[in-house]
Amino acid sequence: MNFKIISVASLLVTMLFAATVFAAAPIRIGALFAVTGPAAFLGEPERNSAKMVIDEINKAGGVKGRKLELIAYDTTGDATKAVQLATKLIKDDKVVAIIGPSTTGETMAVIPVAEKEQVPLISCSAGSKITDPVKKWVFKTAQNDALAVGKIYEYLQKTKQTTVSILTVSDGFGASGREQLKIQAAKYGITVVSDDTYGPKDTDMTAQLTKIRGTHSQAIICWGTNPGPAVIAKNARQLGIKTPLFMSHGVSSKKFIELAGEAAEGIKLPSGKVVVADQLASTDKQKKSLMAFVKDYQIHYKAEGDHFGGHAWDAVMLIKNAVESGADAATAIRDQLEKTKSFAGIGGSFNYSPQDHAGLGKDAFVLVEVKNKDWAIVK
Amino acid sequence: MQFDQILQYTLSGLSTGAIYALIGIGFSIIYNATGIINFAQGEFVMLGGLLTLSCLELLQLPLWAAIPCSVAVATVVGVLFERLAIRPLRQPTPINLVIITIGGSILIRGLAMLVWGKDTHAIPPFSGDDPIAIGGATILPQHLWILAITLIIIVVNKIYFYHTISGKAMRACSYNRRAAGLVGIDVKRMVLFSFIISSAMGAIAGIIVAPLTMTAYDVGVMLGLKGFCAAIIGGMSSGISTVVGGLILGVLESLGAGLISSGYKDAIAFIILLLLLFIRPQGLFGKADSERV
Amino acid sequence: MKRDLLLFACFLLFIMSAPQFFAGGYLMNVLVFVGINTMLAIALNLLLGYAGQISLGHAGFFGMGAYLSGIMTTTYSLNPWIAMPVAAVVVGCLAGLIGLPILKLKGHYLAMATLGLGIILFIVFNETVDLTGGPSGLSGIPNIEFAGIVFDSDVKNYYLIWGVTLVVMLFSLNLASSRIGRALRAVHDSEVAAQVLGVNARILKVQIFALSAVISSLAGSLYAHTMTFISPASFGFNFSIELLTMVVIGGLGSIYGSFLGAALLTLLPEFLRGANDYDIIIYGALLMVMVMYMPGGLVRGFPDLFRKIFKKKAESGHA
Repeated sequence: MNFKIISVASLLVTMLFAATVFAAAPIRIGALFAVTGPAAFLGEPERNSAKMVIDEINKAGGVKGRKLELIAYDTTGDATKAVQLATKLIKDDKVVAIIGPSTTGETMAVIPVAEKEQVPLISCSAGSKITDPVKKWVFKTAQNDALAVGKIYEYLQKTKQTTVSILTVSDGFGASGREQLKIQAAKYGITVVSDDTYGPKDTDMTAQLTKIRGTHSQAIICWGTNPGPAVIAKNARQLGIKTPLFMSHGVSSKKFIELAGEAAEGIKLPSGKVVVADQLASTDKQKKSLMAFVKDYQIHYKAEGDHFGGHAWDAVMLIKNAVESGADAATAIRDQLEKTKSFAGIGGSFNYSPQDHAGLGKDAFVLVEVKNKDWAIVK
Repeated sequence: MQFDQILQYTLSGLSTGAIYALIGIGFSIIYNATGIINFAQGEFVMLGGLLTLSCLELLQLPLWAAIPCSVAVATVVGVLFERLAIRPLRQPTPINLVIITIGGSILIRGLAMLVWGKDTHAIPPFSGDDPIAIGGATILPQHLWILAITLIIIVVNKIYFYHTISGKAMRACSYNRRAAGLVGIDVKRMVLFSFIISSAMGAIAGIIVAPLTMTAYDVGVMLGLKGFCAAIIGGMSSGISTVVGGLILGVLESLGAGLISSGYKDAIAFIILLLLLFIRPQGLFGKADSERV
Repeated sequence: MKRDLLLFACFLLFIMSAPQFFAGGYLMNVLVFVGINTMLAIALNLLLGYAGQISLGHAGFFGMGAYLSGIMTTTYSLNPWIAMPVAAVVVGCLAGLIGLPILKLKGHYLAMATLGLGIILFIVFNETVDLTGGPSGLSGIPNIEFAGIVFDSDVKNYYLIWGVTLVVMLFSLNLASSRIGRALRAVHDSEVAAQVLGVNARILKVQIFALSAVISSLAGSLYAHTMTFISPASFGFNFSIELLTMVVIGGLGSIYGSFLGAALLTLLPEFLRGANDYDIIIYGALLMVMVMYMPGGLVRGFPDLFRKIFKKKAESGHA
């Protein structure tokens, strides 16, 4: 018992000491990413990007003389773990804000914790229900799926195609896309003539594609993340399907082109601007951030930065900006976040307001096409 | 419903089914020699694909050399698994064996994740990827490879089990282990043999599907389960009925996805499995066997 | 009997005093999940440890309880106190119906059939989007309310969940030492012998399967009302395996063992957090090592180990 008292006392003294002598204690930012498990393709680049940008900020002397400290945990894509770890970040690590989680399901599970404990949460997942309706403590940096769907439908409307077949993966990402594809179709004068799904681990989608071929629709939209869409691209080529194939922003990385090979040529998809950063006009407001992100990521990890990592990059920068304007506690950071105006990040140009915690417009996406094993902007 | 659609479903189903069959036979061989359902069987499928990838990219081997190399390495893993986990087991009750093979599969998968990372990888097809038209349907050259290799393996299996001493000895083990031991068959060696054969077969299956389906550290789980379904439909035989079981499963899945509902495709496979276990646990073609009921 | 009661009383005291030390911290939250997992491990242990029947699909029953409770309280605005027992009854009946044919199977076949059942249930959670919300999950599930207290904090939930868990434990301990428990063990050792002694093995197995499903469903309902959000990913094949690991590590056929297993596996990730991606390997290796070297689980394994060490020491002392 004595030992306990001594240790607690010494801890208190240390803390007091730290608080008075070193006024510039680091600002602790929590992060929850699905670094392993089925959503690792999101979590890994997110964690890498967050680490990278925090290192860069600290190397440059921190924010207003204070260093940032990132405490990142792996949720493995499991909602239960995400909730536990959010509690841990808030109660044990005493963070001032949380970045993540990576998937919509986990975010929905963590929201009640953030709201109750009054800690700002900047989610890196796309589901529109995260910020609709607006929740006081919850923001997001990932573009809504609705925007990606809108981008494809706009193009179809412009090229006067009115019937589509949709093929979506049966996980959170696919389900959200499927919902939006069906809801928005009417607005653009489009009819969804067939609605199929495939499992995240499926290895052959010729059955679904054969069925789709029979419907003679004018376009096929596939919503999923690697490797499913690559299999679909190959299967479509095998079946000799000439109908234009559209994919989601879930595969807008070089990995998709590598996996699908020849079959990827000509496929169009909405993407964050990061994959075509060098092709953007120099007037583009985001270009500076994008080029910096791509260059840093290449230096740190010898790999291409993708827009998933960009979500975490944006979240860190948003918090950094809030701290720069004088906030260093949870409530103040939340208030500052809400005042963010035209912050040109990786995902787009952010404008938060009390009515909008998603902050992005349609210009967050560009439509790109695979040409000669690379991405090209569709004009 | 058009004829060429049905033809396409059937052809797709047959080629997927051939893979299930190969994996299924791997299950049956071990089961027959040892009475173990090796839940780690799917991991050898994964190992086959990923090892080939390493041989091709890291060692820069040509494909014809990469395949035997990776099969050999996967087989060594199979032998190690038998030696280190199955043989030392002091209480080989079915429950303990189920748990230990599940533990083994988690371990192998975890190690593979460390070695190859979490990304999916593509392997080039054996001979181009220009589709071949059959009637109104199309298949890829790789599908022909799959069907051909499956066929060869079945024939080789048949010759081994019926025309060689060690094959006959292994069959003797599957009928009655104690009796086999009494007539002088080294049962432990037969168990080891069965692991060698089935891990090699799993690896081959993994290699020949990888160009179509791509491969990653976690592909083994679902393929392993489907392979097991095939084996159950075939009544756990290590011959032609498991192959037919795999083909039936593949075709039903493909037809189910095309004609009924793509979302419930996997459920269809498992409902068939359950119904079969309830009604005909001896498999579609087998005679009744009191052990399983 | 007295010793058993004393042991349980000590355990009760231990559990009930925990919040004194951990309240306010994050560990409190983990301990809530230790409670839920203990309940699930006991449910599986009744089936696996006592009756000797394996199940690789228990996450499915857990999920059904959670979803039934969740759907009834959100879509149909029922009170959790009505939803939970209704869910338990529905799951119990379903398990009974499926148990009739499924429990005719043995060993590996039973493992595979229950695994298939678990996967089918998982697909149903995923695909019935209108009911369950599909892969994106079901949110807005209300907390449980009792006598004006809303169970919305870790400490309150701790008492709620451990209250139920302790009742389940007491019930299971009694069951194990009752006539039924002895009959179950007879079935475990030899079904034929049990039949000869007048035990209706078939009905008994189905009953225990249903009971096990009911407890799992109850745990699922409590989980849903604590988390207020559920998604299919929590009820997949992997969780069934995790439950199995808890039971095996703790010790087959020991109720306290189930607590140990559940506590260890729930707390383990906290210690392995530094190990990053290595935890899955440690997990697999642990499973294998336990079966190979400590088939009795922690509960029996440690005393055995001590005895062995002492014996060796004594022997070397003589030499």
